[in-house]
Amino acid sequence: MWLAVALNDGVHAAPKIGGKITMQKKRASPVAWVALLIGMLYMGIPLAATVIFSLGSKLHSISAPSPISFSAYLNIFSDPKFGNNLWFSVGVGLLTIVISTLLLVPLIYWVQLRMPYLRSVIEFMTLLPIVIPAIVLVFGLLAQYRNSYLTNGDTGLYVLLTGSYVVIAFPYTYRPINTAFQAINVKVLTEAAQSLGAGWFTIIVRVILPNVWGGVLNAAFITLAIALGEFTISNALAQSTFSNYLFNIQTKIYEPAAFTVVAFILTWFFIAVLQQVTQRPSQRRNQPVIVAPAAAPIDPFGTLHTDAVTTKE
Amino acid sequence: MADNTSVTHDIQMTLPAVAVVSESSSRPRRSRPVWLSWDWLAVLPFFAFILAFLLLPTFSVFRGALLDDKNQLTAEYMLNLLGPQYSGPYISTIEISVVTAVAGGVMGFLMAWAITIGGLPNWIRSATLSFCGVASNFAGLPLAFALAATLGRNSLLVDDLNNIGIKLYPSFSVYSVIGVCLAYTFFQIPFMVLIMTPALDGLRQEWREAASNLGASQSQYWRFVALPILSPSLLSAFALLFANSFGAFATAAILIGAGPGSLYIISIAVQRQFSSDISTNPHQGYALAVGMVIVVLVTILIYSVARGRAERWRPRGT
Repeated sequence: MWLAVALNDGVHAAPKIGGKITMQKKRASPVAWVALLIGMLYMGIPLAATVIFSLGSKLHSISAPSPISFSAYLNIFSDPKFGNNLWFSVGVGLLTIVISTLLLVPLIYWVQLRMPYLRSVIEFMTLLPIVIPAIVLVFGLLAQYRNSYLTNGDTGLYVLLTGSYVVIAFPYTYRPINTAFQAINVKVLTEAAQSLGAGWFTIIVRVILPNVWGGVLNAAFITLAIALGEFTISNALAQSTFSNYLFNIQTKIYEPAAFTVVAFILTWFFIAVLQQVTQRPSQRRNQPVIVAPAAAPIDPFGTLHTDAVTTKE
Repeated sequence: MADNTSVTHDIQMTLPAVAVVSESSSRPRRSRPVWLSWDWLAVLPFFAFILAFLLLPTFSVFRGALLDDKNQLTAEYMLNLLGPQYSGPYISTIEISVVTAVAGGVMGFLMAWAITIGGLPNWIRSATLSFCGVASNFAGLPLAFALAATLGRNSLLVDDLNNIGIKLYPSFSVYSVIGVCLAYTFFQIPFMVLIMTPALDGLRQEWREAASNLGASQSQYWRFVALPILSPSLLSAFALLFANSFGAFATAAILIGAGPGSLYIISIAVQRQFSSDISTNPHQGYALAVGMVIVVLVTILIYSVARGRAERWRPRGT
């Protein structure tokens, strides 16, 4: 009900209140079209202009068009730093995903099973990074670990980078996994597994994890998107991330625009994959994978990443 | 069958655990206090991580703001925030955040209205939401570059406007506070659409019908029914958009970071205090950072109070 997929909405179009849609169809006022148009122009013009700009190797305009050139794209793709920094960021992202999953899955499992009184504390902790802006967090880290192993070498800075990514991702990783846990009966699954002779490792890896896989994957994709786009922390720690590469090519003329087009397509790709990931198990099992609880508030900052596309009702 | 023994062993080992698990809710708590339980071992890694990478660093920032070079307690740096030199970036960042939250909020609200109550076809609604999902994620560096490609000195638009006699430059520059505002508004719009669409969907047809049965006009319905119901949602959305702009760093770093950015954008002002420049002072940087945390904290409190009130109107079970 609450998980609708924007790209394929026909199925979900059935109105809750009979006649609502048909009544409104008749009233689709010109004002609505104008409102939509203004917003779309505001967002569409920069995107279109960027695509056009990235294709021009010379100054061009409608009055004096020059031929389309892909040289800006070729330049960035042939730059070895582009690939190196991209893979560096993907690597940090994957490591962040592994650490978040290892921290959160056992935590949420145990809290649900044995320590429900801790839930609100943990929820608060995972939302705390929203209140601490990234710029504050990174200088806090540098102050806290000043003149230690963590700040004196590349390995230490890498640890700081990964650790802070895990933390800033908590508001977006905790919720999908927690919601997936709430959809299953942890106690019954655990007891059933135990009575069949499973140990704790088997229970978590072979019984619990497959059941919350949708939530884990959801969290993983958000984390990867964060790791690829994050700039503030990686800039302060001077790590060779994707966004720092982007920052360094800002002095060029057409390359940033080409890069922006690539970034936009990548964002689109991630969100499309995210939709697929959160959607497919539901079709397979005929039971929705929970991305956002229906009655829960649309988490602001969560909205930014997933619920935006997945939650409609 | 070497495995056999271990399996039976396992079962014997786990049987008491099963009993504990299934009865833990009904049986009164054991005499051992909660905080002595072995259960804590399972949640320890998470708390250790939060402590190391969030709580201690935050504590360091607060400590740095309240101590001077000789580790003496001082309120000097915090009080400096009220003086003209350091209150400037706060005021202008707050202004920028308010302006972009209002501009983006109004446009986003109208779009959300158009695709819900406005009655645009369903495929437009889906396409818009889908696009907004992508566009709201499209922030940071790429957004700054997109804006520079659109309104920069060499851009197509500026060039064409030049040809028809409208000269934007040099009175306008995209590398300015105005450019930052235009960029922030870009991500506020889709954000607002995504937040307000569910709220507008929650306006029930019955309320409108009841109002019109009682003789209310369209504008009276909006003034006395719809907007009061929506006001907590609007306030919480506004708080979010505000926080979104207030903490932003990357876009502004590109657009005005190299220039007078630290005079206008608080996150750049914080960053500048930690640069190797001789005129900077880390303690003042920590104090500026504490100020940021306080502003965001207040905003988030407003958000959650407003959110709580908005929840009251949410139909149950949906």
